[in-house]
Amino acid sequence: MIAARSESIGTRLSDMLWRRPAVLLVLLLLPPVLWLGIIYLGSLFALLLQSFFSIDHFTGLINYRFTLSTYAELFTPANFDIILRTVTMAACCTLASAVIAFPIAYYAARYARGKWRAVFYLGIMMPLWSSYLVKIYAWKLILAKEGILTWALEGLRLNWLLEAYLSLPVVGGNSLSVSTTGTFIVFVYVWMPFMILPIQAALERVPGSMLEASGDLGARPAQTFRHVLFPLALPGIVAGSIFTFSLTLGDYIIPQIIGTSRLFIGQAVYQHQGIAGNIPLAAAFAVVPIVIMGLYLWGAKRMGAFDAL
Amino acid sequence: MKNTFITAVVSAITAASVATSALAQMTEIGEGEGQLSIVAWAGYVERGETDKAFDWVTGFEEATGCMVSVKTANTSDEMVALMNEGGFDLVTASGDASLRMIAGKRVQPINIDLVPSWSSVDDRLKDAPWHTVDGVHYGVPYMWGPNVLMYNTEAFAEAPTSWNVVFEETTLSDGESNAGRVQAYDGPIHIADAANYLMFHQPELGIEDPYELNADQYAAALDLLRGQRELVSRYWHDAFIQIDDFKNEGMVASGSWPFQVNLLQADNVPVASVIPQEGATGWADTTMLHVDSENPNCAYMWFEHQLSSNLQSDLSVWFGAVPSVPAACTDGRGMQTQEGCDANGLAQFDKIKFWKTPVANCESQDECVPYYRWVSDYIGVIGGR
Repeated sequence: MIAARSESIGTRLSDMLWRRPAVLLVLLLLPPVLWLGIIYLGSLFALLLQSFFSIDHFTGLINYRFTLSTYAELFTPANFDIILRTVTMAACCTLASAVIAFPIAYYAARYARGKWRAVFYLGIMMPLWSSYLVKIYAWKLILAKEGILTWALEGLRLNWLLEAYLSLPVVGGNSLSVSTTGTFIVFVYVWMPFMILPIQAALERVPGSMLEASGDLGARPAQTFRHVLFPLALPGIVAGSIFTFSLTLGDYIIPQIIGTSRLFIGQAVYQHQGIAGNIPLAAAFAVVPIVIMGLYLWGAKRMGAFDAL
Repeated sequence: MKNTFITAVVSAITAASVATSALAQMTEIGEGEGQLSIVAWAGYVERGETDKAFDWVTGFEEATGCMVSVKTANTSDEMVALMNEGGFDLVTASGDASLRMIAGKRVQPINIDLVPSWSSVDDRLKDAPWHTVDGVHYGVPYMWGPNVLMYNTEAFAEAPTSWNVVFEETTLSDGESNAGRVQAYDGPIHIADAANYLMFHQPELGIEDPYELNADQYAAALDLLRGQRELVSRYWHDAFIQIDDFKNEGMVASGSWPFQVNLLQADNVPVASVIPQEGATGWADTTMLHVDSENPNCAYMWFEHQLSSNLQSDLSVWFGAVPSVPAACTDGRGMQTQEGCDANGLAQFDKIKFWKTPVANCESQDECVPYYRWVSDYIGVIGGR
């Protein structure tokens, strides 16, 4: 009896938790729910709220009254250009990544065996381990006017080809590193692993017997690809495209170092918030990728992308 | 009951903070507190760790016992944000940040009588408008420098005499057009460079101050910048990227800082710099003391150290800037020489319009275009609008 009375607080607490499992559940769930609810959703909500304020055009101070005028500002030609430019770039990068990643993922999933499989995994993952900035600066040197690429083409007497390409409007420029093409190449390179890995995972799940059956039934390889392999791999491609698309949409470092200095959404947010103190417009800009990704995810879900995750 | 208690606590805290903010400038320097934290530009507070020859902190620590810690900031806006957050004693603020902090009451007035070497400060900086408001000083001048025109000596047979080589298409002395071979600064403050150019070439616009532009003057500056967009393939943002562009991208002319010119010359790249006939914009930094600083005695000791030690001289060599104390160029307290100071822009002081934040209610006219519009319109110009 005496022993029972002098039970420590710890023992009583553990007894209580055992008798009331609901309390235990609440205690365990509280920290992550608070984290999600306050830190994550809370800050998102604060951001959304900011976008409904406006900046006083005379004093530059923020006007804390509900208005949609900041959103209207997104549709001025200069700002709408930024949105269009970013979305077009994200779409192009995603398409190119998918086209390049598919054969690599296919080989890695179906043919690479033993040691080679490890080499493939390493090769794909390696770029993710080195610093993002180092990779971008390396690309700047490769693409520069007096860089390796120009040098190599000169050696091959092919620089007329590069010059002809650079004289094109929109994609061209003074050199690859100051052209939209340069930005595109670096985006595709940097996000490539995020496309390859989901496609590889999807391809590994396609049973070899299905491809054989398709061949046995008289389908040519192209038909097998179009009617069997591609539809089965599509969720993987869509999952990968979510990464490449959203990462391109939000990045603000690559276009600052490589490209024409024309702004992307991420840079616009950074400049309006950091330099101009125009937080409402920065918040409205930040909402754009959220809306676009919302639509994108909704479409991706309908295509079954999340079944492959 | 509880509510009254909370109200009491809140009002006590408010009263206390009001009291601290209302605290006037210091009247005497006491014992050092043993520590000092400074928000500074990269390379501004060196203790011999980057290069043994450049050290202006160790001596201060030994003499005063105030251990210095540095928080590096990359932009004026970061400096303002850090000072708003608090917890720092000093900041080396440029003219486009200093007035914002004074207006936001984040920095306290300075009693210049407590800084014995104040008299050695360049007379032209003593009452500079970016740290003096209504006759009250809010900081001690640190370092200044011009935004020079950097050019490639192989593309230019003679030093360019005008900024027109970066604003208008022209054939350079190597026989090729400047299109695609010039750069401009990737910050809205570059609009002031365009205004400075127009001030000289289109006097009928009546620009008196490149940071105070009415709607018409502002529109003319933007037009000039739209023309410049056709010539510029990439705007520069980061000093090291610009250095790389002059080495690898065939750039031949751009507005720049002496910092890049010195580094490129040290690398044997054929560049030189000049301040053309129109004059130039520039930056002048001031050390300011946080309103709630816990180490004001050490801060005042630093003010004196900043003006009287080897700091002014060695930092101006290190950063390619000009000392705020002219004597530091010649009296041998550090490595700087008269030639070095002249190369960094000392003799050109009168041709330089120092950075300041454009505000709506400006001094020279009724109403000016405020900074936030500079930001959004410059984004449009770079985007090709």
